[in-house]
Amino acid sequence: MARDDSYLRIETVTKRFGSVTAVDQVDLSIGTGEFFSLLGPSGCGKTTLLRMLAGFETPDVGEIYIDGAPVSGTPPHMRPTNMVFQNYAIFPHLNVERNVAYGLRKEKLGREEETRRVNEALEMVKLGGYGQRKSNELSGGQRQRIALARALIRRPKVLLLDEPLGALDKKLRTEMQIELRQLQQSLGVTFVFVTHDQEEAMTLSDRIAVMAHGKALQVASPKEIYNDPTDMTVADFIGQMNFLEASVREVSGDQAILDAAGFGAIKAPARRPYVQKSARLIAALRPEKLTLSESAPEGGANSVRGKIEAAAYLGDRSHFHVRVDGLEQPIAVAGPDEQPGGGSLAEGAPVWLSWSDEAVILLERDRG
Amino acid sequence: MSKLAHLQRPNRPLMIYAIVYLAFLYLPVALLPMFSFNDSIYIRFPLEGFTTKWYAEMFGDRQMHAALRNSIQVGVIASVTATILGIFGAKAVTRFRIKGVKPVLGVIMLPLVIPPIIMGVALLILLTQADIKLSLWTVTMGHILICVPFSIVTLMASFEGFDKSMEEAAADLGDNAWWTFWRVTFPMVFPGILASLLLCFTISFDEFIMAFFLAGTEQTLPIFIYSQLRFPQKLPGVLALGACIITVTFVVVFLAQWLRGRSFGTPQAGGE
Repeated sequence: MARDDSYLRIETVTKRFGSVTAVDQVDLSIGTGEFFSLLGPSGCGKTTLLRMLAGFETPDVGEIYIDGAPVSGTPPHMRPTNMVFQNYAIFPHLNVERNVAYGLRKEKLGREEETRRVNEALEMVKLGGYGQRKSNELSGGQRQRIALARALIRRPKVLLLDEPLGALDKKLRTEMQIELRQLQQSLGVTFVFVTHDQEEAMTLSDRIAVMAHGKALQVASPKEIYNDPTDMTVADFIGQMNFLEASVREVSGDQAILDAAGFGAIKAPARRPYVQKSARLIAALRPEKLTLSESAPEGGANSVRGKIEAAAYLGDRSHFHVRVDGLEQPIAVAGPDEQPGGGSLAEGAPVWLSWSDEAVILLERDRG
Repeated sequence: MSKLAHLQRPNRPLMIYAIVYLAFLYLPVALLPMFSFNDSIYIRFPLEGFTTKWYAEMFGDRQMHAALRNSIQVGVIASVTATILGIFGAKAVTRFRIKGVKPVLGVIMLPLVIPPIIMGVALLILLTQADIKLSLWTVTMGHILICVPFSIVTLMASFEGFDKSMEEAAADLGDNAWWTFWRVTFPMVFPGILASLLLCFTISFDEFIMAFFLAGTEQTLPIFIYSQLRFPQKLPGVLALGACIITVTFVVVFLAQWLRGRSFGTPQAGGE
């Protein structure tokens, strides 16, 4: 996973609070200018990890390197990082201009130069002319921008963002996502972005670390994480996924044949080392990789009979729950509402499910 | 209109109770200024004519001047010291992860419930054993002891009233602990600090028992007042002084409460 141009390196970092292990032996490398997201449910350790980068917490085990230098002994005010806090932490006793200029104390700029820098930062977040506003006269979105300007005015090498869009409504969120991404691209600053929103992480990031129970489960590009998850928790957390119990009957070259509950014998790519003869695994299938039809598909395609239990029309696509004999959970299928041939898929209708071999992802059972 | 009507209607018996209660509290206090303007050395009805001569007499008393100066000196030193200690205590209790913080806090708060006479005697024994001469400084020490809990309680409210992430943001923006305190913490808790100073000053200024035990030859104002009560002809003058003290104390406590309630509101982040 190590990259040559890695700017931030987190080496086997562990942090405990009492008996709780918040961050558990995490290894990460983040490149210069990368938009890197830490994604996971609340309590997964993503914020603790971010706070360790900022210097508010110290790792119990392991070391963090910024630009090659270990930083564990470096207090927050000496680090080349700046942070956008979850609640923005705008100083209520200072106006917008003083808030944004807060981090310029050590640079000892003249009044003119300081004003220029503040205006520049405010322009950057599209709040030019707001300098004299009182901090309690700002809306949520404006506070978020001020927090961003205040952090960026110090020209940090790394910007740490702790769920910065969490408090905004959906429309504003989408707007800010686009702006954040543009800002990051134009400044070339490394962004480390903490979020629990998978869609947000997918939209913004160059790479994502999916975290759960203090561990980084998978670190990869959004595409890879969606199409090729290496872990059941990751597969479950990102998008929707059908899981089937399966045992390997045979492995030959790149392909494995498995007995899957309810689906019978299925074929799947066998790229991973744990795909061994008679191993008990999980076969995972994305809902949109499944196709519904009213009659048995022609040719040698993998298929299984089922019955539509529920159908939901969402405009651009439809969601179906298909009951397959021998399975406790219905299979989720996403696809167009109309089937080729004009037939409609109503609740209670018998259908055939089909998929391609390549769509099957083989995963180890959860270690947890 | 609704079942809730009885909650909105003024309740006559309760109102009468409230008036009687307030009268019981403040009527005796109101008598003090009233008789201080009465042209007679006897405290009795009917009132005999308006005079300000008791005030003039009291303000001309050199002993009173000395006692007032002593009280102000003790009050200022005690309130400033107690507030500084209170800032440390309140910051530690509200900001750091400390093991066993509850029992420690309990011990700090103990002087609130220990009778001052016990504290006074205990301190007197201690000082005598340590061979420390009684003076205004020993009174000041005693007053610091009883003021610190009040200061901590007042300041804890201020510290809890603002988010820890403000201080973290200051650190993140390049300020060390010293600068963070002066640029963020101090302005944020300033109303609390002022409230603590005023509260501690009034506590020290009014305090009698500890001062009685711990003062040497120099009197504080409450002890001076007590000593004056031996002379019947001095009583109206004491009333005049009392009226002045009540007025000043009232203003100061009111100011302290007002400042305590006035802090920076942090509006919740929301949509545009």
